[in-house]
Amino acid sequence: MFDQIQLHESNGSRSSLKRGARIACALFSLALSAGLAIAMLVSDKAPPEMAGLVFSELEKSGVENPVTAVLLNFRSYDTLLEVAVLFIVALAMLPMTSIAPGQKLVEVDREHSVDPALAGLLRWLVPLAAILGGYLLWVGAYAPGGAFQAGAVIAGAGVALKLSGRYRFVWQPAAARLLLCAGLAVFVLAGALCAGAATHVLEYPVEYAGLVILVIELAATVTIASVLLLLFTGLQDKMPSDAGRGRASN
Amino acid sequence: MPELAIDLFLSAGVLALAGLALAASRVFTAIVLFASLGLLVTLIWARLGAWDVAIAEAAIGAGLTSALLLAAWRKLEDARAGAVDEDQSRV
Repeated sequence: MFDQIQLHESNGSRSSLKRGARIACALFSLALSAGLAIAMLVSDKAPPEMAGLVFSELEKSGVENPVTAVLLNFRSYDTLLEVAVLFIVALAMLPMTSIAPGQKLVEVDREHSVDPALAGLLRWLVPLAAILGGYLLWVGAYAPGGAFQAGAVIAGAGVALKLSGRYRFVWQPAAARLLLCAGLAVFVLAGALCAGAATHVLEYPVEYAGLVILVIELAATVTIASVLLLLFTGLQDKMPSDAGRGRASN
Repeated sequence: MPELAIDLFLSAGVLALAGLALAASRVFTAIVLFASLGLLVTLIWARLGAWDVAIAEAAIGAGLTSALLLAAWRKLEDARAGAVDEDQSRV
């Protein structure tokens, strides 16, 4: 039941909904939008003391970038749950990926010919993306950047490799599963290890906070990059059932 | 004044692209318009000074989401080609 996703294009011009239902949907959406707009205009802005609080406590967070301080220290609970959501996405997507013999994370098909221009581009682009990802991760401590941006850039490099056709990512090996769960595991471990001296959930000791945040972000980057890449390869890979259907129709 | 012009251009562009993406009859057109929308939204985040969000929007919103949508679009095309094949084999 859950082993394959079937995609069908919906025909927008021939909606199955009746005219009355469609008008009701439109009115409901309009009312919702108007309500949101009014709520935004009427309600007060975010309490100004929040920003001041972040900046006054910034020294204790272990990083200099207020955004990273909020995401990985002051409100790290939210980020932990985000990483957990990514883990669930990985679990849901794993059955969609093709199974290949061998225990290699990356399979190289040397027979597959790649367009010379594309091969040359990849030779520059992929290392550049790897360096950019590492830079974004590191710079997140004191300037805009961080695990999500770094992970997305690295996943982009993986997508480019996958699109060349020569490389295949296989998610069965133990190494791949380690990549997929490292972010959540390290986050929970860090919280558990710091629990002895903490009075709140996920509170880090002030003198080690910078190091703890860096370790968590490193693991989160790896996991974000691999989950995003897993999503893409899951959609790209030919399912075994697709191949069977193609043969049957010929 | 030029800053106001840029902001007005960006807001009008986002609204126009969103409308076009929703109204596009072909899925591929809608995906390309959605990717362009992501890039404009990136510029808006940058104009607001939210550089963290701008980088995330460019990398995830405009980049990877479009790649995922295009991969899904290709699956749709494959499925449609398969359906046409089946129809012909039945005839």
